[in-house]
Amino acid sequence: MLVFSPLVRERMLADARQTFPDECCGFLFGTEKEDGSRYLSDIVVVTNAKEGDKRRRFEIAPKDYLAAEQYAEERGLMLLGVYHSHPNHPAVPSEHDRLAAQPFFSYVIISVLDGRIGRVRSWRLNDARQFEEESIAEPLPIEDKATHAPFVAVDNPAHPSTC
Amino acid sequence: MATVIIPTPLRKFTNQASKLNVEASTVGEALQRLVQEYPDLRKHLLDDQGQIRPFLNLFVGEEDVRDLQWADTPLSADATLSIVPAIAGGTTQRAEATFSEEELARYHRHIIIPEFGLEGQQKLKTARVLVVGSGGLGSPLLLYLAAAGVGTIGIVDFDRVEASNLQRQVLFGVDTVGQSKVEAARQRLTALNPHIRILTYDVLLNSRNALDIIREYDVVADGTDNFPTRYLVNDACVLLGKPNVYASIFQFEGQVSVFNYRHPNGELGPNYRDLYPAPPPPGLVPSCAEGGVLGVLPGIIGSMQACEVIKVITGIGEPLSGRLFLFDALSFETRIFRIKRRDDNPLTGKNPTITQLIDYENFCGVKVVEKPIREITPQELLQWRAEGRAFQLIDVREPDEYAAVNINAELIPLGTVVENAHRLSRQVPVVVHCRSGARSAKAIRELEERFGFDNLYNLKGGILAYLEAEKQAVEHA
Repeated sequence: MLVFSPLVRERMLADARQTFPDECCGFLFGTEKEDGSRYLSDIVVVTNAKEGDKRRRFEIAPKDYLAAEQYAEERGLMLLGVYHSHPNHPAVPSEHDRLAAQPFFSYVIISVLDGRIGRVRSWRLNDARQFEEESIAEPLPIEDKATHAPFVAVDNPAHPSTC
Repeated sequence: MATVIIPTPLRKFTNQASKLNVEASTVGEALQRLVQEYPDLRKHLLDDQGQIRPFLNLFVGEEDVRDLQWADTPLSADATLSIVPAIAGGTTQRAEATFSEEELARYHRHIIIPEFGLEGQQKLKTARVLVVGSGGLGSPLLLYLAAAGVGTIGIVDFDRVEASNLQRQVLFGVDTVGQSKVEAARQRLTALNPHIRILTYDVLLNSRNALDIIREYDVVADGTDNFPTRYLVNDACVLLGKPNVYASIFQFEGQVSVFNYRHPNGELGPNYRDLYPAPPPPGLVPSCAEGGVLGVLPGIIGSMQACEVIKVITGIGEPLSGRLFLFDALSFETRIFRIKRRDDNPLTGKNPTITQLIDYENFCGVKVVEKPIREITPQELLQWRAEGRAFQLIDVREPDEYAAVNINAELIPLGTVVENAHRLSRQVPVVVHCRSGARSAKAIRELEERFGFDNLYNLKGGILAYLEAEKQAVEHA
């Protein structure tokens, strides 16, 4: 279970909206409880370093990664995951996502459809190097309504989701 | 001692240590030391060949080792080696395919279907499909995929075209008998559709090459005729996250399913190991070479397989994931069974135990059970005949085959060998033959097991090899 602090969630979604039609990306920090649930309390937005087609690809520069590890250490937080957006695509990991994926990290994917936030889902690599979905707690009701309204299964209207 | 910085995602393999001191003089040596001490790190740092994984970045101080000497980069005692995982990804959509006038005309009947459209045709053009086996199932499959405009088609097969293939393998003709199947297939498919790319692999798919070959494709279509390869293809597809469109045929029956399919809602469908957790005991389920198959059956089943491949690529309709389709040509009845994912599936269950490819010959018991039997080469048999040696010759083929051509053997068809065992000599050597040696080997194993014969010899290569040897002997004489 992934729990976003409202502020972290808002900043992440704002990044996804502003970066559209390109892919956005960044790091998520927080603490992990013994039952495996993760509370995300901090966020670092990173510039998509992909040269070429940023609408379909994202890449985080190694120096940004090292800085993120440093950031976590200085604040006594854990680097728990990475978020990125899928412009006009479902919030489901692609083969590109899977090949580069690391164990342990939560990979949060935000579907952005024509600039509006679609579904937000999180995925983690299992021991067979396959993605498994990780549930995300309901957002706390302090954000403005505009960010709430689109939280419906817009990426797959034909298939009612099980989650 | 150099210091290695371990990134957060890999700390669960180093007992949470974020910094480790390692005695090593180069980057490569440092990684070797690490995986020795923490074996679970191996698959995240090195690939199957022991090379540094492509998605890993390594920095000595602030320098990327790619700009230095890669694995041979020296490490001083006070050096810091940082392991930096690449963080990258993106959506799957590829560059949009464009079509020439000629292609638009060619694919017109697809493009005018509202649900298919230009978008479906573009998906076909950018898709890469690997067809394993270009035999009975592979023939219609390849013909329809090529005709439909699948942009890249890979074919794996190590066989050559034989006359006995032509009864069902409609890719080939009498002019290609003797040629390598993948080459004959390439020529036929290129003649059918010059707008696509055909890649061929004239090899036996095995645990060493499967991942490297399959990795390059989006969808795999399994048209193999044996269990080791079927489990191999299944496991490789699961490990690589590729959908596997499966079909198989025997005598009058066919099966089709779509395995390891990731539904757009993210749910993963079952795979072959959910349907058949274990292979059948060796010898229990005969292959088409042993049991035969109605020639048109692979035409029907392979076409259905092609249909599912096209659905998986284009995302149209509901692929046959989580369902097994059965067709009985004799009764013309079809059935569909539901397949569910099993918790004890060693690949995708609760506690996966298979994380890399295994020895599939061994897994399917092929290696263990098949004890060697006595053999005789056609040349030796010719010699025996020339010398006038005493021996008995048995043909275990069917009466029609015998009528077409025989070498004066006694006819005891495979299905009747047990009841006719008393006709076999215990005094002189008994040479058993069939068409190419598979059925006679089966007969010998059964006779040895049941009646303890120790004078049975399998004619290597069967009557085919014998006739060839006889021809050569005559030519040389």
